[in-house]
Amino acid sequence: MIVALVLIFIALGSVVFHVVNPWWWTEIASNWGYIDDTIVLTFWITGTVFVAVILFMAYCILKFRTEKGRRAHYEPENKKLEIWLSVLTSIGVAGMLAPGLIVWQQYVTVPENASEIEVMGQQWQWNFRLPGKDGRLGKTEIRFVDDDNYFGVDPNDPNGQDDVLIEGDDLHIRMGKPIKFLLRSVDVLHDFYVPQFRAKMDLVPGVITYFWITPIRTGTFDILCAELCGIGHHEMRGSVTVEKDAAFQEWISEQETFEEVQAAALHRKLNKELAQNELEPRAKN
Amino acid sequence: MTETTSPEDDIVPPQEVPEMDLYHPHSFLTRWIFSQDAKVIAIQYSLVAISIGMVALVLSWLMRLQLGFPDSFDFIDAADYYQFITMHGMIMVVYLLTALFLGGFGNYLIPLMVGARDMVFPYINMLSFWIYLLAVLVLVSSFFVPGGPTGAGWTLYPPQAILSGTPGQEFGIILMLASLMLFIVGFTMGGLNYVVTILQARARGMTLMRMPLTIWGIFIATVLALFAFPALFVASLMMMFDKILETSFFMPAMIEFGEKMSYGGGSPILFQHLFWFFGHPEVYIVALPAFGIVSDLLSVNARKNIFGYRMMVWAIVGIGALAFVVWAHHMYVSGMNPYFGFFFATTTLIIAVPTALKVYNWVLTLWRGNIHLTLPMLFALAFILTFVNGGITGLFLGNVIVDIPLSDTMFVVAHFHMVMGVAPIMVIFGAIYHWYPLLTGRMLHNGMGQFHFWVTFLGAYAIYFPMHYLGFIGVPRRYFELGETTFIPDSAHDLNAFITVAALVVGFAQLVFLFNLFWSRRNGIVAERNPWKATTLEWQTEHMPPTHGNFGKDLPIVYRWAYDFSVPGAESDFIPQNMATKDVKLAEGMTVADLKAEKT
Ligand code: HEM
Ligand SMILES: [Cu+2]
Ligand SMILES: [Cu+2]
Repeated sequence: MIVALVLIFIALGSVVFHVVNPWWWTEIASNWGYIDDTIVLTFWITGTVFVAVILFMAYCILKFRTEKGRRAHYEPENKKLEIWLSVLTSIGVAGMLAPGLIVWQQYVTVPENASEIEVMGQQWQWNFRLPGKDGRLGKTEIRFVDDDNYFGVDPNDPNGQDDVLIEGDDLHIRMGKPIKFLLRSVDVLHDFYVPQFRAKMDLVPGVITYFWITPIRTGTFDILCAELCGIGHHEMRGSVTVEKDAAFQEWISEQETFEEVQAAALHRKLNKELAQNELEPRAKN
Repeated sequence: MTETTSPEDDIVPPQEVPEMDLYHPHSFLTRWIFSQDAKVIAIQYSLVAISIGMVALVLSWLMRLQLGFPDSFDFIDAADYYQFITMHGMIMVVYLLTALFLGGFGNYLIPLMVGARDMVFPYINMLSFWIYLLAVLVLVSSFFVPGGPTGAGWTLYPPQAILSGTPGQEFGIILMLASLMLFIVGFTMGGLNYVVTILQARARGMTLMRMPLTIWGIFIATVLALFAFPALFVASLMMMFDKILETSFFMPAMIEFGEKMSYGGGSPILFQHLFWFFGHPEVYIVALPAFGIVSDLLSVNARKNIFGYRMMVWAIVGIGALAFVVWAHHMYVSGMNPYFGFFFATTTLIIAVPTALKVYNWVLTLWRGNIHLTLPMLFALAFILTFVNGGITGLFLGNVIVDIPLSDTMFVVAHFHMVMGVAPIMVIFGAIYHWYPLLTGRMLHNGMGQFHFWVTFLGAYAIYFPMHYLGFIGVPRRYFELGETTFIPDSAHDLNAFITVAALVVGFAQLVFLFNLFWSRRNGIVAERNPWKATTLEWQTEHMPPTHGNFGKDLPIVYRWAYDFSVPGAESDFIPQNMATKDVKLAEGMTVADLKAEKT
């Protein structure tokens, strides 16, 4: 008796909990509403099966609990029933897989007009690189990385000169415009995760991974790292602001380009050498 | 059903090979320590597995304390936390569950249930245990080396696992890899034994399609393990080389805190493929024995044959085969070629079909049964509930697009704990309550058992069911603390605190269980010969507990499948596997013909 009631309570209670509990995803800020829809569909299909199985079990326990004189029915198998169940299950599974794969097709098909933004992960900080006027990002390589060339941009690649570099600071993106994030790491695995975008993907050293979104509302959102990347994993935070075109243009015009960063670095270096040259003779005397 | 039950005139195949001689121990040392008796080895395996499992349990409390009350525990820092999750996860999956199901239950039950005197290679079997123990000791030693154990996560993903941003990168990771390799060597010795014993040493009449599902589950799980563990072995070896010899199997050109490293050209994703080629089958290595055992517990306690036995066998075999073509569903966000997603989502959802059929057959076994709500039965029912719950969230994570927002969140943690933590452990408990009388001759205390059951079952559900919703919010896993975010509401922190309290309560209930294990050894009610009225051979031995050699002078001869419960025409509601039809006591007014009529 108690067992059956507890099972019924859990089955129905779980559904009630699902409906009334306050914990649900945050308001979406990208075009991936389809993902949410697929989750909801999956929830109701699988939830129905869960409730049905558990209620059936509870019914059996109530009905066929041992008592004096009861003897179990002897029925090794029932082909017809088993075939029916296989077919129904396959249909249910296909009903979740098919929409899932259709949305996945969209997820892996980047729109032609998507603009590219590079996300560069490093223990434990987010950096970003946006193409300049030419709309193209310069090549990068680990061997070009040094104190003054954080991103490892190829100094000889003309496409890279006007790239906008954001080092450990917030990213701004434009609302309504598709964006292809190119993901890259200079050390370990990281994962670029903005809960409101729904999308995420690992950053892998040695390769460039990607995903795309179209932001659909303005706001500032947390960036988290979703792949364990060492002791500072939980502190690897950033934020991304989705804004209208005008605000974005203003923001980007205030950022430094690779060329400017290099020039500033050269300037510093020359100053330092100069200072040293002045110092040295005096030291000799 | 002709192949599962045999009419009286069924010919028992003649003995094809002479019986093997067993090594008979002469001293305490060879009887209890360096024993070659699979039953003793089973107990050794189980005790070590449970002991190290307790370490993992304590680690889970510490983790939960940190997650539930982030600012209250100064003695846990981020490095500790990552070391805890790593050791907790690895111990639970490999050193507890795998070792307990295969080394523990496998060793005890295989020879007894197939009607053999022992494993076919008893000496190797003994070595298997000692190497396992060594593996555990190496693992434990990593708590005491400078830098502590590795904090790379149980998945040990390079490059992070061997670089300096991760705790335990000095010695911890090396010991972890060494321990895993030892474990695999030890397991292989045992595993070959299990497979060969099942294939070669079955009693006369024990055809494959008459074996209890417990044996089928353990058998296929062992085959999976023998194919899957080598992938982990080479991955560990290659990572060890990357760490010690600075090869670059998994290491591309990188910067480590501003310094260029000497590595170059390797692939971190290659490691993930190897790891999950092992890791996914590993899920089934844990699940299949549980599937098998739970089938038998349900059947015995419903006094009814398992529904659709042949379907159950083929489902186990099918799931086992499919388990090798779904591994990359753990890597949807790994950066592998996204088109793999189509393939792996499809295979993953296909595997749901045989799995669902197993669930249906379990509940259909209850239908028109004669249900005894014994402790093992309660755990079996709890298994079904938690397994279905954890299984359906697998359909979320297997469907590639749905996995994208959920992967690496607490939803995943909730899913895998429900499906491969809670559910198989329910079966382990049920199995221990079921076979404890066989091992000790006494029953476990029922009152303590009831307490243990209700607290564990309801508590575990209270821990993991709400945890899914943290994942929906987007709370990431492997986070020492959540810190400031705009999207996690305060109520989520309250939920975390609640989960922690539930986890501590559940943990406490396990102490009651352990106490019961010791207490009942001396004080339990003396068990009847076959207390659950089971049909399988382990209950039909000459002595209970069975002695070395298992069966008396003569090995049993098997006449029927393991599920002749409530056969119409028979007086008793079960017919042991080794009872010939002519010996079956008929119900009043019945003839042997009535017996047969129902069976075909
Ligand atoms: C009451 C018992 C248990 C509790 C309270 C518990 C709690 C936890 C917690 C808090 C985490 C860390 C989650 C995170 O921050 O990412 C975790 C991780 C994990 N647990 Fe458990 N756990 C329990 C039992 C088990 C069992 C039985 C298994 C066996 C399958 C298991 C396997 C794992 C694994 C594989 C991980 C992942 C480790 C990683 O992220 O590297 N746990 N557990
Ligand atoms: Cu991280
Ligand atoms: Cu898997």
